[in-house]
Amino acid sequence: MELRFSEAEQAFRKEVREFIAKELPQETRERMLAGKSPTKQMVVDWQRKLNAKGWATPEWPREWGGPDWTLGQRYIFREELQQAPAPQPLAFNTNMCGPVIAEFGTEEQKRRFLPRMANLDDWWCQGFSEPGAGSDLAGLKTRAVRQGDHYIVNGQKTWTTLAQHADWIFLLVRTDPAAKKQEGISFLLCDMKTPGITVRPIITIEGGHEVNEVFLDDVKVPVENLVGEENKGWDCAKFLLGNERFGQARVGASRERIRRLKTIASTESMDGGRPLMEDPDFARKVTEIEVELKALEMTVMRVIASESKRKDKKPDPATSVLKIKGTEIQQMCSELLMKAAGPYAWVDGDPEAEGSNDIDVAPDWAFGLAGVYFNWRKQSIYGGSNEIQRNIMAKAFLGL
Amino acid sequence: MDFDLTEEQRLLQDSVARLLTDRYGFEQRKAFMQSPEGWSKEIWAQYAELGLLGLPFAEDEGGFGGSNVETMLVAEQLGKAIALEPWIPTVVTGGGFLRHGATAELRAELVPQIAGGELRLAFAHTERQSRYDLNDVATTAKRDGSAWVINGRKGMVIHGDSAGKLIVTARTAGGQRDHKGIGVFLVDATGPGVTRRGYRTVDGQRAAEVEFSGAQAEAVLGSPEDGLPLVDQVVDETIVALAAEAVGCMQVAHDMTIDYMKTRKQFDRPIGSFQALQHRAADMLVQLEQARSMSYFAAMGVEERDPVERRKNMASVKVQIGRSARFVGQQSIQLHGGIAMTMEYAAGHYFKRLTVNDAMFGDADYWLRYLASSGGLVAAA
Repeated sequence: MELRFSEAEQAFRKEVREFIAKELPQETRERMLAGKSPTKQMVVDWQRKLNAKGWATPEWPREWGGPDWTLGQRYIFREELQQAPAPQPLAFNTNMCGPVIAEFGTEEQKRRFLPRMANLDDWWCQGFSEPGAGSDLAGLKTRAVRQGDHYIVNGQKTWTTLAQHADWIFLLVRTDPAAKKQEGISFLLCDMKTPGITVRPIITIEGGHEVNEVFLDDVKVPVENLVGEENKGWDCAKFLLGNERFGQARVGASRERIRRLKTIASTESMDGGRPLMEDPDFARKVTEIEVELKALEMTVMRVIASESKRKDKKPDPATSVLKIKGTEIQQMCSELLMKAAGPYAWVDGDPEAEGSNDIDVAPDWAFGLAGVYFNWRKQSIYGGSNEIQRNIMAKAFLGL
Repeated sequence: MDFDLTEEQRLLQDSVARLLTDRYGFEQRKAFMQSPEGWSKEIWAQYAELGLLGLPFAEDEGGFGGSNVETMLVAEQLGKAIALEPWIPTVVTGGGFLRHGATAELRAELVPQIAGGELRLAFAHTERQSRYDLNDVATTAKRDGSAWVINGRKGMVIHGDSAGKLIVTARTAGGQRDHKGIGVFLVDATGPGVTRRGYRTVDGQRAAEVEFSGAQAEAVLGSPEDGLPLVDQVVDETIVALAAEAVGCMQVAHDMTIDYMKTRKQFDRPIGSFQALQHRAADMLVQLEQARSMSYFAAMGVEERDPVERRKNMASVKVQIGRSARFVGQQSIQLHGGIAMTMEYAAGHYFKRLTVNDAMFGDADYWLRYLASSGGLVAAA
């Protein structure tokens, strides 16, 4: 039993940290430090730097540009990005669709899509959820009917994150309506410029434009854009959803938020003439999440250690903890940051928009913190709601 | 990072598990509890045979050279059986004082007696007014020639009634709550000037109220003027064992609850088919796994060299373990329903041990307050 990172892993962490310190543009770092999402250009520029270094696609096989890292290295890499804070390689490209194509795609598909995905020459988005298929994803209704060399796709996708930036979308569509739910689904790749696609913004409660509805109206998708076999798309979906089991813990991101919170509460945010952090009740709330985060960090280590050795693809029971605790902790961070801002958390305005604090109402450190709090309520809903996670635990691990 | 056990560690774990499975069933435990000692001398002899009583001592002193990981493995197994023997007070706490505070001569004399099962130790620190504060010491130690003479009263000395020697904190200088001026003394529990009154605690352990009136100490452990750092170090090592014991208890309480949910039928179906109960069971698993993670962290974090950081590590362990123990313990009773309220059913006994375990050396609230006032675990940017 060795409960520490190895020297090689520590050296790797140092290498990653130094690379980020040297290469990450200050503007990107500052924007993210303020709790805002990086702009499209910031994400693209950063991913290209990572790609040039060979680090944009940690989850890919070596022959398609993966760096052949251990799970421990992948974790360290993500943690360092989150703590910087720096943008992650775009998940839709590198964690979701890329690995699916590398695993199930044809040679032609791999050659055509993977290098452009890695370099973020194409921005991908995910067409899974539908108005009637949320937690019950396999209940999706978007139809694809084969006509000669094309599928004709009709239906509606929703919660499509950053579809406004996207060049391509990967879709789950129903190709056999007569089959059992999971068995009539296929995985299609579709150019967003194809006629019949309409993207309509969904504005979320904090005022941000992050997600969209995507309407598909007689959209022609060439048959060569089918990944894997027809009606076997659910296998791709399961592979995609199970691909990175420790990704949702986001320990580094929470640690960065706690650091930010403690900085604000020790310097800017005052309470009775003293820094807020000196209020024992507030300090105790912060400490509670620090302890939970330490436990979560150790749980992630356990999952990495057990997954590295596992031959079957059955997840460690500790895996289920990651989504639930990881999102609870992040949500708590966002809530305490908002509380630290006090009344200046109330200024309305899209925290993501440039110049939205131009009238200079709130101090910069306080602006938009309520918006992030409202926005982050999504975390316990997406990626399989925390209640669905509990259903999975009850069935898969507890046998109830 | 590697959480796999070595071959030797696995053998140790398996041998303890086998002994307890064979000899420490719920009915057997009840019989041990009702015996005059309140625990089993035969089992204690078995521990000696397995090497558990010499576990943390150096091999050339008659021990087995076990690390904190070995302590964790054994304590977890003992927790699964809610074992009643004074293993933690004697081997982990008492052993810790001897390893870090005793002279080589004293260890040469005592370690073989401990490892052989003849000598048991207990740590007398609590006083009426002290609650969990180890620095709150009114008991005094005064020099009399070359000897130290102890006067005062200690309470809730866990397994103090059966210990051959007591390890006692006593004030050598300063005010009652001063951090300096505390010494740690080894006192013959059966010697003149020591009066003990033993009793049972709610979780089935034994404890004693001990009065010292002019009792002569056999030895000083560490510095007689500045013994609190030694106490902190040993308590931190004890927290490794307590955390693991709690994880063992939680594991069984959780498993027992899940089994019951599969068999108990109401409304013509197993109660485990109801989603409200399933989600509670899932939350128990979350708490158990977070606790297990912190038990591993305890074994690692106690080796931190900086005593301030070490203490913060162990404070965070106490917070998580205590909170998990409370949730898992309470919910194991709730999900069982009435049956778990009965003395005849095991779940309540695990709950009681978990409740006492949380409070030992300070409960989750106590350590949360400590950690919060010490700046927490993450530094501001």
